[in-house]
Amino acid sequence: MRHSFCACLGAFLLLLGPAQAEGKLKVGFVYVGPVADYGYSFQHDLSRKALAEAMPDKVETTYLENVPEADSERAIEKLARSGMGLIFTTSFGFMEPTLKVAKKFPTVKFEHATGYKRAANVSTYSARFYEGRYVCGKIAAKLSKTGTVGYIASFPIPEVVSGINAFMLGAQSVNPNVKVKIVWVNTWFDPGKEAEAAKALLAQGADILTQHTDSAAPLQEAEKQGKLAFGQSSDQYRFAPKAQLTAIVDDWNGYVISEAKAVLDGSWKSHDTWGGIKDGLVVLAPFTNMPADVKAMAEDTVKAIAAGRTHPFAGPVTKQDGTVAVKDGETAPDPMILGMNWYVKGIDDKLPQ
Amino acid sequence: MTLDMVQMILVTVLTAATPLIIAAIGELVVERAGVLNLGVEGMMICGAAVGFAAAIETGSTLLGALAGAGAGLGLASVFGLLTVGLAANQVASGLALTILGLGLSGLVGTSYVGLKRDPAPHLDIPGLSDLPGIGQLLFGQDAFVYAGLALTIAVSWFLWRTRGGLILRAIGDDHTATHALGLPVRKLRFLAVLFGGACAGLAGSYLSLAYTPFWAPAMTAGRGWIALALVVFASWRPARLVAGAILFGGATVLQLHAQAASIGLPGQVLSALPYLATIVALVLLSLGRRQGGSLAPAALGRDFTPHR
Amino acid sequence: MRLDLVPRAGRSPFAAILAPALAFLASVLLGGVAVSLLGVSPTAAFAAYFIAPLSELWSLQEIALKAAPLALIATGLAFCYRANLWNIGAEGQFVVGGLAGGCVALATQGSAGFTFWILPTMLAAGTLAGIVYAMIPAVLKVQLGVSEILTSLMLVYVAELLLDYMARGPLRDPAGYNFPQSVAFDAAARLPYLMEGETLHAGVLVAFASVVLATIVLGRTLFGFEVRVVGASPRAARFAGFSEARLTLAAFAVSGGAAGLAGIAEVAGKIGQLQPTISPGYGFTAIIVAFLGRLSPPGILVAALVIALTTIGGEGAQIDLRLPLDLTRAFQGLLLAFVLGADVLTRFKVRLVPGGAR
Repeated sequence: MRHSFCACLGAFLLLLGPAQAEGKLKVGFVYVGPVADYGYSFQHDLSRKALAEAMPDKVETTYLENVPEADSERAIEKLARSGMGLIFTTSFGFMEPTLKVAKKFPTVKFEHATGYKRAANVSTYSARFYEGRYVCGKIAAKLSKTGTVGYIASFPIPEVVSGINAFMLGAQSVNPNVKVKIVWVNTWFDPGKEAEAAKALLAQGADILTQHTDSAAPLQEAEKQGKLAFGQSSDQYRFAPKAQLTAIVDDWNGYVISEAKAVLDGSWKSHDTWGGIKDGLVVLAPFTNMPADVKAMAEDTVKAIAAGRTHPFAGPVTKQDGTVAVKDGETAPDPMILGMNWYVKGIDDKLPQ
Repeated sequence: MTLDMVQMILVTVLTAATPLIIAAIGELVVERAGVLNLGVEGMMICGAAVGFAAAIETGSTLLGALAGAGAGLGLASVFGLLTVGLAANQVASGLALTILGLGLSGLVGTSYVGLKRDPAPHLDIPGLSDLPGIGQLLFGQDAFVYAGLALTIAVSWFLWRTRGGLILRAIGDDHTATHALGLPVRKLRFLAVLFGGACAGLAGSYLSLAYTPFWAPAMTAGRGWIALALVVFASWRPARLVAGAILFGGATVLQLHAQAASIGLPGQVLSALPYLATIVALVLLSLGRRQGGSLAPAALGRDFTPHR
Repeated sequence: MRLDLVPRAGRSPFAAILAPALAFLASVLLGGVAVSLLGVSPTAAFAAYFIAPLSELWSLQEIALKAAPLALIATGLAFCYRANLWNIGAEGQFVVGGLAGGCVALATQGSAGFTFWILPTMLAAGTLAGIVYAMIPAVLKVQLGVSEILTSLMLVYVAELLLDYMARGPLRDPAGYNFPQSVAFDAAARLPYLMEGETLHAGVLVAFASVVLATIVLGRTLFGFEVRVVGASPRAARFAGFSEARLTLAAFAVSGGAAGLAGIAEVAGKIGQLQPTISPGYGFTAIIVAFLGRLSPPGILVAALVIALTTIGGEGAQIDLRLPLDLTRAFQGLLLAFVLGADVLTRFKVRLVPGGAR
């Protein structure tokens, strides 16, 4: 009795459910924010769209947005149960849930962004955002008249801290006396608070802003006050055509498409990808609102990083307390950058330990 | 610290306080009439979405602001129907309004993501706006800031200088007696609810049209709740409400300034300061009026049915 | 024309069931209209929201998991709301509960031998932390007359920032590349799973037991009676000699304790470590659940299940039909509005009378 009821229900659902072509790879994405944030999640969703466009007859994509970390296990498992063959979980906080679900679904491939734990069917990937920050630091030091740059930071995790350090090292390579003022807003996305932080930094003498939060509010504030700023996650030029110098754009398109291809042709293997400018994962939006020589310097730096001639954390790198972190002639190893929880010398702020 | 820097900080505090003032002054009128509408956040976010959408479609900030106020008013009418018309529980209805508003705003706003507008124009009086130290603060703001202050004065005048205001306050204190006197309790309450909704919507449209002129989901980020808190904080008096909004805005802005000047405290501690300051201020206020009893409108939050 | 409400003499049990059913029907119909405006077949959406989640054992477990903290918190809140005390800070009490219990787990990490006591201690610590945190607004209200609505809400933000600080700072996993999360708890600090598949954990039983207990307390004890009397008629309560202060503290303790327990159950059950956020807004959603369930524990259980169902169905609808998450939210708001509106049918006879509104 019960079984036949379930069977009927199942048949009913099949009739109602959307027709699904056989043999297509279903690819699911889990976002921590709304796709409409015009920042991190938005940018990830662009890669989903790019994938759907690149292989319309081979893949089918879907996503879940605004998934709170505490609720993500169910969302990921739901996707796995909906017949996905490849699932991208795009926030650090999804790490443990991804691994847990992956254990239950060994045939499904998982891709976790910005984490460090892998499994046979879980790859990790991230971008060397700090490379872009280094370039921004150089531009800022060149263009700042007050010698003070404002930095709006979200949370003191290694990705953000290494970004601050790379920015500072880039800036110091141009002007050793440059100052970076840091404001932690404790949010990834709150336009109002980001704007207030921007105002506070501008009022305290910063004439260039950079941010590690997602909204375009700081850029707009800079534009309003005739100051300059950098965009974050996506090219935010349209929000501030007179203020944006460049933006550190996360470009996941190539990575997402190549992973889907690998699953389709059976060559997918668990691996860790940490790509930067060279691999096209970090892209700098067109350099605007700056004189030609600064633009040339920025472009040269980008080329040098891509070619491996310049490394943002090339020694000597000195910590805030004066100890040497990276010796002359060496570059910081990846684990050091991945777990960075100290500031380089010259930054006038304290990190919560 | 230069004079100009002090002025810039004050300007930031004033603009941060403006959405709180506008939303809270509306809620103050609602609560004075004896109705507690917890849906401010929902009405605000709808005002932000609809206001921005309308401004993009028409190209006019004024029409956008009006549409935003209209959206808040529309949601408030649902709330009014439920609580004033059908005597439903006010706390729950307000919360229903909040999630409904969050959902609706997302549905409305989705096609306006990534668009931008120029911020609402600022007042510019040659000579006055350039006065050192006070010019920008007094004569260089956008219309919303002045509207917020004008609203506060108007509400203050209405509540304590007009017969209508007297009746409204009387209804908020004792709906049974005012009803017995033949006063239109439910009609006035409904109007107050609509006014509160329009204010919340207007405050939302300030965020998407002037403060950070674009639409983003959940961009109110809890300001509606702060506005609610301010009304209680102000013990239902408009002048204190402005003071409270400036205190709260000031705490928020000053903690950011303190960080930029590298004070060396964890960001979480500084972020918690405005909330802790509000609690402390409340405690101090109530210590000061131990004997006076509660200042809340006596009928606040109680439903009213004429036949009881 | 005006609406007139004539109170009913007694509560009609028929209306008490009919009203929410009608409300549900009305919201589904209106939701169907919205769905067709978005270009999706309403029947397919209905199936995705309300039938698909019920047709799989896994999603049934997930519904129970999602409903458990909601029901537990809302049951506690019912004591406050029945007594006209507006604790809207359950989210904060949930967070400190999870944090305190989690600290116990981390402090006992790696204990060998007899570890049976760890889990009960965690649950007790979580409950106690929730109670203590709820005592702040309660004491301020009783002693100084400070509005509990305001203080309990402000304390939510403070609690969230405290957890954020702890998870990113002192409690973070030293081997975790400075990422903001603690080490994973030992097995002894985890609630056991009830079924295969590592989904349904014992927190569900805790919640269910609490609902049963609350039903008894509210309906059959003197304390429950006092709560109900104060809510229905504060004057009568005063004549009866009930102490308002004592009742306020007790009601806040019950709701804070329930929220704290839900918090640690979530951390020890589903999450298994401390991280910067542990709640997808359970404390706030529970307020809605409390009122959807009309402040009675059995009703709250049903309401929690309905909200859980629509949330999980909403995820399915996002995947299969590309219906936005905002639609789910709007629907939940609509449902609550209709239930509240329909509630009037059980309390009053509604009449349309000619003449102006009064």
